[in-house]
Amino acid sequence: MPHTPPSTHAGTPTHEAPGLGARSVHEQPGPRTLLATRDLVIDVPGRPSGSALGLTMNPGQCWGILGPNGAGKSTLLHTLAGLRPARSGQVEVQGEHLARLSRAELARRLGLVFQSHHDGFPATVLETALIGRHPYLRPWDIETAADYQLAHAALAEMDLGGLEERLVDTLSGGERQRLAIATVLTQDPRVLLLDEPTSQLDLHHQIAVLERVRGMVDQDRAAVLVLHDVNLAARYCDHLLLLFPDGQACWGPTTSMLVPSALERLYNQPLSVGEIDGYPVFLPRGGTTPEP
Amino acid sequence: MTRSFLHAAAVLLPASLLAILIALAFGSVAIPVGDLLAVFQGEGSRLHHTLVLELRLPRALAAFAAGGLLGLAGALMQVLLRNPLADPYVLGLSGGASVGALLAMLAGLSMFSVSLAAFAGALLSTVIVFGLAHGTGSWTPTRLLLTGVVVAAGWGAMISFLLAVSPTAELPGMLYWLMGDVSHAQNPYPAWGLLVLVVLLALPLGRTLNVLARGPMQAAALGVAVRPVEWSIYVAAALITATAVMQVGAVGFVGLIVPHMLRLIFGNDQRVILPASALGGGILLTLADTLARTIIAPEQLPVGVITAMLGVPVFLFLLYRSR
Repeated sequence: MPHTPPSTHAGTPTHEAPGLGARSVHEQPGPRTLLATRDLVIDVPGRPSGSALGLTMNPGQCWGILGPNGAGKSTLLHTLAGLRPARSGQVEVQGEHLARLSRAELARRLGLVFQSHHDGFPATVLETALIGRHPYLRPWDIETAADYQLAHAALAEMDLGGLEERLVDTLSGGERQRLAIATVLTQDPRVLLLDEPTSQLDLHHQIAVLERVRGMVDQDRAAVLVLHDVNLAARYCDHLLLLFPDGQACWGPTTSMLVPSALERLYNQPLSVGEIDGYPVFLPRGGTTPEP
Repeated sequence: MTRSFLHAAAVLLPASLLAILIALAFGSVAIPVGDLLAVFQGEGSRLHHTLVLELRLPRALAAFAAGGLLGLAGALMQVLLRNPLADPYVLGLSGGASVGALLAMLAGLSMFSVSLAAFAGALLSTVIVFGLAHGTGSWTPTRLLLTGVVVAAGWGAMISFLLAVSPTAELPGMLYWLMGDVSHAQNPYPAWGLLVLVVLLALPLGRTLNVLARGPMQAAALGVAVRPVEWSIYVAAALITATAVMQVGAVGFVGLIVPHMLRLIFGNDQRVILPASALGGGILLTLADTLARTIIAPEQLPVGVITAMLGVPVFLFLLYRSR
């Protein structure tokens, strides 16, 4: 697979990886764009500045956000969902300024799966999946048979069929994570924001979840995934955003972003690169291991 | 949801009626069911008439309304703080009310003024606790609960101080008030009006509260306007607690035990739990007050003693059985 240099936003002098200083023209938002940012700088406490992000996410695109711990990946996701104010710039959801949309309207367009889950009072698995319908119901409405059907289908897809009446606090970590994804499937928004959706899943369920997200994306939706597994990102994401710890960022199509030297710089970790089944594979090398 | 709502209604509505009938039938003089029915048909003896319609009915209704308000206040605060230990008593609201009431008693004011002072004390305490806990950031449940506990301890010290400096003749009345006492309840109908109003307002909010129970971020991501909802719960909980405490004094455990018990039976859907807590609290306090009037009749016990003695073992049993 050819590794063309990653495109980057203006002014990344700190990155000496090949091609990182190059400028490129990014895709401009169009009428079908689901999520776009204009000069967005996220607010990470204690970080003086960061790249202004001009992302354009169109239907059928699956974006992966890669970066080390503390680079601001979750903060970016929360900012995109309107849960955190940006330092500057703005977010547009389907062409409208995020700040102008009501919370409920926003939740019908955009769903977020958090990294961790607080259940307050233990509810059942089915009740938890059903809260995904909340944005669509008026105060007096009761969930309809169709809502239940959506929730049951989502649970079955996440391999949680038969656990409907279990209390959430009795689930394993992986089951709880799949339940969170089932909830967002029940919510059925146009844009899915997923914060490390596979962090607690076994191999089979990692693939199952990502295949399902890919399936959603292919049905005229867009997804943004924070991932720590570069190989999964390489396989399932068509666009990547690399977030460096100092706030610099570069983004573009996956094929142009998977530059080993850039990834090594991103994670401050030497990598071995190979190719299996036509997919690039990156494996961490021991930090002190000399070059072979 | 519909099924557990109907289930709860089918259990709690008849139970409420039964509790009020029991309150009418028992006391220093037991009235057989036949005589009770006669009174409602306008027959029966004059003594029974006075006893049932003028003494026991207003008192039973007052106890039911106050208990309902306390149960509802507990349920609301538990969602707001996402903590099953939240309760008007634990958060120091009852303590503030007590200090207000004791001061009014010391000043020799009328029973009505004592109630008003209790109302003001409860509101003041709410403002202090929630204001301090809010500080510069947002309400974290732990900080709110800790602030409540510490403020409650402060009120406790002031109560001890007031009791220590009070004339001996005043002490029995004060102690009764502190332990909760329905016998001084004023007109029960405003409390009933508030109870019905808040239940009706809380019902359409129930699903929102279900989402809010999962944390403010998750709730916001699912379309809940978190701030306005939290403030409404806060104001509602403060108002109904103050109204309940004004009626019956510092009765503890109702707001803690009733919602918890109901959750173990009917699950965690707030659309069920909020109205159920209102009925359950009413039933508990009505029955407790009947016991308080009956056990050592013609003398009476403070109802707070009964709610504690009933509530603690029931609570422990349910907690034990649930795992």
